Amino acid sequence: MTPLDPRSAVVAALREIAPELEPDEIDDADRLRQDLDLDSLDFLRLIEQISKATAVDVPERDYPQVATFGGLVAYVAAHQT
Amino acid sequence: MHELTMPSLGADMEHGKVVEWLVHPGDTVHRGDLIAVVDTDKTVMDVESFEDGVVGEYLVDLGETVAVGTPILRLGTGADQPEVGPTRPAEAPSEHAEALPAEAPQEQPTPREPSSEAPFANRLAPREHAEAPPAVAGAHRVRSSPLARRLAARLGIDLEGVVGTGQMGSVSEADVRRAAAETAGAPASGPRSATEEVPPSAAETGKPAVVPSSHIGSQPSPDKAATIRAALGTLMAKSKATIPHYYLSTTIDLARPAAVMQERNLARSVAERLVPAAFLLKAAAVAAHEVPGVNGFWTDGAFAPSQSVHLGVAVALRGGGLVAPALHDANMLSVDELMEALRDLVARARAGHLLRAEMADATITVTSLGDLGVESVFGVIVPPQVAMVGFGRVVERPWAENGMIGVRPTVTATLSADHRVSDGLGGGRYLTRIQELLLTPEEL
Repeated sequence: MTPLDPRSAVVAALREIAPELEPDEIDDADRLRQDLDLDSLDFLRLIEQISKATAVDVPERDYPQVATFGGLVAYVAAHQT
Repeated sequence: MHELTMPSLGADMEHGKVVEWLVHPGDTVHRGDLIAVVDTDKTVMDVESFEDGVVGEYLVDLGETVAVGTPILRLGTGADQPEVGPTRPAEAPSEHAEALPAEAPQEQPTPREPSSEAPFANRLAPREHAEAPPAVAGAHRVRSSPLARRLAARLGIDLEGVVGTGQMGSVSEADVRRAAAETAGAPASGPRSATEEVPPSAAETGKPAVVPSSHIGSQPSPDKAATIRAALGTLMAKSKATIPHYYLSTTIDLARPAAVMQERNLARSVAERLVPAAFLLKAAAVAAHEVPGVNGFWTDGAFAPSQSVHLGVAVALRGGGLVAPALHDANMLSVDELMEALRDLVARARAGHLLRAEMADATITVTSLGDLGVESVFGVIVPPQVAMVGFGRVVERPWAENGMIGVRPTVTATLSADHRVSDGLGGGRYLTRIQELLLTPEEL
């Protein structure tokens, strides 16, 4: 799989699920659930999209690390092969 | 010749408009075939025919708002056309029930009966993503989950041709999706092919996905959220004015379901992971089947209990508003199947692809706040239903048991119920049964 820019990959996945979000308005510190309004099913879909697009799998134990937008970008960057 | 009318897609629907025709004059349709996409105040839905026949003329214009009951389409009767024989699904009793309005929910058999599978496939095959030939009768002989079969029917995939990767070669939902992706690009063959593109991301319009832009004539309206809110307000006002609500609450230890869920999720790909709501909904559905007085409808001054549990699930739409489509026969699904069905239902609710039956025939509704939000929610009953279950956020609490205190994940379950049908004793029994079921999550 061709490595994607982690930030673009996360933005693309996020907009699949929450199309109303404007990429410019998303802050690294935004919490995906509380601030960006994803429910638990949305969050699962997001993780699924990320896994499809980047081959980075986020196991459940690592959910705390990807609670924010910036955290998820960093996680993808660190685990992309 | 007679006429198909604008159907009621829920207790609160008074009018609607056709935003897309899925059939053309001259087409032969069978009971259950999708004929139109209808926009209501709340959401966009696919509407099926209740009759067999040959499509005559359209009686309303696209985008014209008309009252429920207004004729929208002229249909030639079966006398005008030759019998089609084995491909006609209408005679199957289950198909008949499938298309029945909510007034007779107790007659609905479980859709898991093998006999219902082929008609179901026929019914849904023309619906969307018509890249592949419709599923054929007999497809149910392939080992697969009911959800995989339903998905295959909806996507127009023939299960016979799908390579199963599950136990003993069974076909999973993921296998069907893969097959659908592989056949994408093959010539379209369905009635909707002319207009059915991959729904463009609503990002293009900058609007919430409530109204997919693939639906001709249904331009997203900035007032949509306000309209949904108004429709909901009218229905809830009617509910509070006519239903004598009483409320109960109990706190449930979720340590065991949480442990079972974590253990299962550990070994799973993200597409198969569970969320706590799957266990809660399953328990709510099973208990609704067992405890009288919470599952069914109050109509014409009397309670009509339902044998089937069609669990309404309140789904928040992005951009505002709420719909509560039904998970059919939720008590019969395994937790895994229910989770799959839930994901499918929520995705379709948000994309405006709910089916009429899903909007109209919930027998009891659950509102779940997931793992965010507040600790408890007391819902308002959706008429003509007689109970509403609420699950708050999953919260860690100090928990005393057997003289010991520990920290446990817990949830506060509430019941709003109709006092004309049940009382605190019966309602309490319902919540207690949910609690008991969640103590043995392996059996759910």
